[in-house]
Amino acid sequence: MIDFSLWDIFRNLLLAARWTVGLSLVAFAGGGLVALALLLARLAKLRGAERGVSLYVQLFQGTPLLMQLFLAYFGLALFGINVPAWLAAGLALTFYTSAFLAEIWRGCVNSIAKGQWEAADSLALSFSETMRHVIGPQALRIAVAPTVGFLVQVIKGTALASVIGFIELTKAGTMITNATFRPFTVYACVALMYFALCWPISAWSRQLERKLRRG
Amino acid sequence: MVALDFGAVVAEWPLLLRGAAFTLGLTAVAAVLGVGLGVACGWARAWGPPWLRHLVGVYVELIRNTPFIVQLFFVFFGLPSLGVRLTPELASVIAMVINLGAYAAEISRAGIEGTPRGQIEAARSLAFTERQVFLRVVLPPALARVWPAMVSQIVIVMLGSAVCGQIATQELSYYANLIQSRNFRAFESFIVATALYLLLSVVLRQGLNWIGPRWIFGRVPQAGR
Repeated sequence: MIDFSLWDIFRNLLLAARWTVGLSLVAFAGGGLVALALLLARLAKLRGAERGVSLYVQLFQGTPLLMQLFLAYFGLALFGINVPAWLAAGLALTFYTSAFLAEIWRGCVNSIAKGQWEAADSLALSFSETMRHVIGPQALRIAVAPTVGFLVQVIKGTALASVIGFIELTKAGTMITNATFRPFTVYACVALMYFALCWPISAWSRQLERKLRRG
Repeated sequence: MVALDFGAVVAEWPLLLRGAAFTLGLTAVAAVLGVGLGVACGWARAWGPPWLRHLVGVYVELIRNTPFIVQLFFVFFGLPSLGVRLTPELASVIAMVINLGAYAAEISRAGIEGTPRGQIEAARSLAFTERQVFLRVVLPPALARVWPAMVSQIVIVMLGSAVCGQIATQELSYYANLIQSRNFRAFESFIVATALYLLLSVVLRQGLNWIGPRWIFGRVPQAGR
C-alpha cells in the first residue's frame, strides 16, 4: 500500500483544481456570450424577447443547478450515444451563467438614465451606435463589479459537476478520500483551495464596487 | 427517435411528494436556525466587540467563498474523524444552517447598518437597555428593509439542498435518483423533479413574502413614509 503524505494530497488536488478553473472560464465566457445575445435581444425589443428572456431567467434561477446538470447529462444522452461529463457540465454551466449574467446586466442597463437613450435617439443614432457609443460604455462601468462578483458563484457552481462525474477539485477530493480514508484533511484542503480561488475575486469585486461608488 | 415516457415517473408520485415535503421541511428548519444565526452574526459584525467582529468576518468569508457541496461533505465525511457522527439528515441541516447563516449575516448587517442614528439615540434617551434597543428598535425595521434579499437567499438554500441527496438525505433529488434507477427514465425523472423544484421555489417565495410582514417583523412603519 502506498502512503499518501499531506503533500501528495495537496499536489493531486492542485492538479485537479486546473479543471475547476478551466470549467469556470468556459462557463463564464460562454455564459457571457449567451447573456449578451439575450440582453441585446431584449434591448432591441425583438418580438417575444422580453417574455422569452424573463422566462428563461426564471427557469434557471428557480431550479437547482444540480438538476440542470442532470438534465444536460441525461438529456444529451437521449440524442447522442456517449456524452462526456465535461460537455454536459460545460453546457449546463454556460446556460446557468447566462441566465444570471443576463439579469445582472439588464439591471445595469436599466440604471442608466432614460435621457441618455432619448439623447441618442434625437441624434439619430442607430441601435448599434447607441449601444456602442452611449449605453455600452456607461453600462460596462457599472457592470464590472457585480460581474466579477458573480464569477465566484460560477467557480462554486462547478463543484456540482463532480456529481455527474467530471473530475475537478471536489471529485478529486472524493477520490483521494476513498484512497486515503482521511476525509477531514482532504475536504479541508479542498475547501481551502476554493477559498484561495474565490476570496481574491470577492475582494476584488468589493474593491471595484467601492471605487465605483466613490465615482 | 427519442421517446419520452413521463407516465412511468408520474406513477411514482408518492415518492416525489414525500421528497418534496422533506425538502420543504429541511428548508424550514434551516431557514429558522440559519436566519437566527445570521441575525446574531449580523449584530456581531455591526455592533459586537472587535474580536467577535473579526471572528464572524472570518466565518462569513470562509463560507461565502467555498461551495456548499464541499461544506456538506466536510460536515458529513470529515467530522466523524473528530468523533462526531451524524445522520445524513442532521449533517444536511447543519451544513444548510452554517451556509445560510453566513449569507444571512451579511444581509442582516446591511439592514442593521442602515438604521438611522436618531432612532438609536431616541431609544437610548428613553432609557431602553442596549438589548431592547437592538431587539425592539433596530432589528424589526432592519429585517423589513432586507427581507426581499433574505427571501431570495432562503430560496437559494432550498435549491442548493438538492445536493443533500448525494449523502443519502431522502429529499426530492434523492427520490428522483431512486425513481430513475428503478425505471431507467432518467431524463423524465429529472424533468419532473426540476418542475417540482420550480414550483417549490415559487411557493416558498410567496410564503415567505407573506410570513415576513405578519410574523417576523410586524408591520413596521418605514422611515420617511
